[in-house]
Amino acid sequence: MSSRYFGQPVKRREDPRLLTGGALFVDDVHLPGMLHVAFLRSDFAHGRLNGVDVEAALQHPGVVAVYTADDLGDYWRPGPLLVPPPPIEGIVFHERTQVPLARHKVRHVGEPIAVVVAESRYVAEDAVAEICADIDPLPVVADMDAALEAGAPLIHEDLESNLAAHVVQHKGDYETARRQATRVVSGRFTYDHGIAAAMENRGVVADWDGREQNLRIWDTTQAPIPIRNGLAAMLGLSESQVQVIAPFIGGGFGPKIMMFYPEEVLLPWISMRLNRPVKWIEDRQENFFATTHERGQTHEAEMAVDAAGRILGIKDVFLHDGGAYDPYGLTVPINSQCTLLGCYRVPSYYSEFKAIFTNKTLVTPYRGAGRQHGVFVMERLLDLAAAEMDIDRVEIRRLNLLAKEDFPHDHQIIYQDFAPLVYDSGDYLPAVDKAAEMIDWQRFIAEEQPRLRAQGKAVGIGLVTYVEGTGIGPYEGARVTVEASGKVNIATGVGTQGQGHFTSFAQVVAEQLGVDIADVRVTTGDTREFQWGCGTFASRGAVVAGNACHAAALVVRKKILALASELLEAAEEDLELVDGKVAVRGVPKTAMTLGELAVKANPMRGAVVPGTEPGLEATTYFGPASGTTASGVHAMILEVDTETFDVEILRYVVVHDCGKVINPMILDGQIHGGVAQGIGNAFYEQLIFDDEGQLLNASFMDYLLPTSTDVPTIEGAHMVTPSPLNPLGLKGAGEAGAIPVGALFAQAVEDALSGLGVKIHEIPLSPHRLFDLVHGGGSQHGGGSQHGGGSQRGGGGR
Amino acid sequence: MSTTAASNRHPIRLTVNGEVHEREVEPRLLLSDFLRHDLRLTGTHVGCEHGVCGACTILLDGAAVRSCLMFAVQSHDHEIETVEGLGTAEALHPLQEAFRDTHALQCGFCTPGFLMSLVPFLAEHDDPSEEEIRHALGGNLCRCTGYQNIVEAVRLACRRQRQGDAHGLGEGAVPGEMS
Ligand code: FES
Ligand code: FES
Repeated sequence: MSSRYFGQPVKRREDPRLLTGGALFVDDVHLPGMLHVAFLRSDFAHGRLNGVDVEAALQHPGVVAVYTADDLGDYWRPGPLLVPPPPIEGIVFHERTQVPLARHKVRHVGEPIAVVVAESRYVAEDAVAEICADIDPLPVVADMDAALEAGAPLIHEDLESNLAAHVVQHKGDYETARRQATRVVSGRFTYDHGIAAAMENRGVVADWDGREQNLRIWDTTQAPIPIRNGLAAMLGLSESQVQVIAPFIGGGFGPKIMMFYPEEVLLPWISMRLNRPVKWIEDRQENFFATTHERGQTHEAEMAVDAAGRILGIKDVFLHDGGAYDPYGLTVPINSQCTLLGCYRVPSYYSEFKAIFTNKTLVTPYRGAGRQHGVFVMERLLDLAAAEMDIDRVEIRRLNLLAKEDFPHDHQIIYQDFAPLVYDSGDYLPAVDKAAEMIDWQRFIAEEQPRLRAQGKAVGIGLVTYVEGTGIGPYEGARVTVEASGKVNIATGVGTQGQGHFTSFAQVVAEQLGVDIADVRVTTGDTREFQWGCGTFASRGAVVAGNACHAAALVVRKKILALASELLEAAEEDLELVDGKVAVRGVPKTAMTLGELAVKANPMRGAVVPGTEPGLEATTYFGPASGTTASGVHAMILEVDTETFDVEILRYVVVHDCGKVINPMILDGQIHGGVAQGIGNAFYEQLIFDDEGQLLNASFMDYLLPTSTDVPTIEGAHMVTPSPLNPLGLKGAGEAGAIPVGALFAQAVEDALSGLGVKIHEIPLSPHRLFDLVHGGGSQHGGGSQHGGGSQRGGGGR
Repeated sequence: MSTTAASNRHPIRLTVNGEVHEREVEPRLLLSDFLRHDLRLTGTHVGCEHGVCGACTILLDGAAVRSCLMFAVQSHDHEIETVEGLGTAEALHPLQEAFRDTHALQCGFCTPGFLMSLVPFLAEHDDPSEEEIRHALGGNLCRCTGYQNIVEAVRLACRRQRQGDAHGLGEGAVPGEMS
């Protein structure tokens, strides 16, 4: 098949509107008579809420209403459990989901207590300052270890402890492997992931029209259809009375998933109550407290290896900070648990984790969604083994990679999509070799590094691998319509936050229908246009919705050919679709435009034959039985300034395999952005809490996002191992770039500072932290060198 | 957008994208809110309201400034240019064209701020080094692109500027629209 669009770097169709300020974001929605909302949020991480006095606020000129939990009546109820615990034997899971407004207790800083509705946001904020919340502070649970100690204050007092979940997964017999090992390396690893910090904060506009009995909601959500369904049920409306529109969204990265955030739940209720449109736009400070985080885990892990450096088994026991509520179930720690196994053959594995309630903002997936943590532990264990056994770091990876013949590979544990963790396809060795070649591994180590070190430069090199389970079910759908104008309309249910779906889905469909991509219009994230679907998360948009678009286009193509074959009295095989026309191949004068055909398919007289449908339209769904596994290798060379401990990245290489590619330009962009976020996570970004659960750096002044001078130029290469699990052969790519960066950073920094004997068992790092590690300063993270890395405990296997 | 008593309002007169506006505003009204909500020029975005992200960047008498750090009353008697004044979807400004050609935007939320920061930079730089470009971008945050393609866009725009070739025929453009 010719490939006019599929696989081409087609320029994005959505860009002209975005570039000229003409795209609609939620805060751009302006409705006549619209009121504005601001929230009173808890200043305490943990406290008894005795009462809320809103009298003064109500008297404030311009204030229309003030609500507290007590005003909500039956509408006050804990939010839905979005992801139930997976079917793992012996699993313990305590469901405690967030509430719309705090009642009796506050459990994290930023938890909403009251809501003010006013003529303007300025006035609403003035009035918030006049509300008096009577809170008795309670002892705070900020630390994971302390949270589980006997007598620790209870965040949810109906539970016996602050344990949110306990999960054990294993395969093979690790203890036997350990006994047979030549060496066992071990360490305590802490990995802290930050916040998504999308440039656009969250926002909701709700507009109840009492005469039409219709509710329209603009929401910065990645998953408008689940939000529509949930809100309709909560509000006692039919789903057909509620439309949720996710217009242009200024970055998602996870936290804008179908969270049923308090604001999302309250704004529609307020609009119905007041019969007026209402708007709430989060400010940046609220985003730090009230939008979900990802944060940290502490792993005690060990790896048993044979004399050659082959992995015999891994044991990992970790704590996961879940925050005050757990509506997103166990997706993040299960991802850590599963992704740890990476690209490697691991005959035995014992993995156990406890998820902990803490008095902090909720933890839900943020780009990578726990995979970083697992990859970090695995890659660091390999580095420890390599160091102790004097094996080259690339070599120990090559030695342990799954081979091409090993696929499909069953890891014999359960993944976040509840399906067994089976890798569908992959070819890892060439990717490792390619990355090593691109970064010039051998020569750098043999020649460059000694030369630069002789000049006093602390340069280091690193190479790590990772996998990413992507494109999970359950399903997405798409409707493809050829209109009477000959233009093609595509509608899908996923939301889009910059991934270029307006272009990539158009490419997929234009390819099948032989139309110009300029004639294809794509709607995403608008329940008025498409009713069924899940959302954009888990790197699944292109894979699942892309394949649904493809399937719908195939059906429409069939319809076009069937009708044209009848009208042109020619066999379908003799027809071709080119330039928006269908014609008998080689007989251009037979050409009919798709518009003409669309009109014929929707006749004004005569009957539509029973069993057929009018129009050139199809709605099709794609539901993969399980996810598809993308993979990659990152390598870098960096230099550490041994006085300031600032790090400069000298080269950064990415070799990535996400199967077939719809638009390589968009794919590269996803990788660049992912790596930049990974660099932020590795060296710049960290949420700093004090013992009282107060976030100390809740602004862009203090929480540092990487800027243009911090992120290097990325040199990329693609490998293509098509997925057998979907017709287009795609694997997801949205999160990949971000996943291995922490592990890579640690390896390369450790290499750069090898003369100083520093062991890096934690991410994020910072100049300040490196200084402490080198000069033996205190361990702020409770991990790393203080707790005895593998170099002290390793080698005890025999 | 505010509704405090009229006595607390100040008359202002300013030019935005060549058009004169006369309004009465509260002294505390941010310029970013005034542009977005009073004038409905919603292309200027707000990402932090504390002067770090640069999404709200506009031109004030030709200089790139952060509209979230100014009050609307301070713009009295000044000339402002916002992203809406650059080009149109049908006829993009060369800088906008270069952003599109190099895929220098993803969600596009940060983009108006980058464009407005770059307009004066392009006027002053013919052939900037990568370091100069990265430095010029350093005051704007983008969470999506990793900046690499934005650097590329600036390079391309400069190259076209040097060649007097504003509309997409310069070397180095990403393969075309194919339409
Ligand atoms: S909104 Fe003005 S700098 Fe961020
Ligand atoms: S394109 Fe999304 S923040 Fe820059």
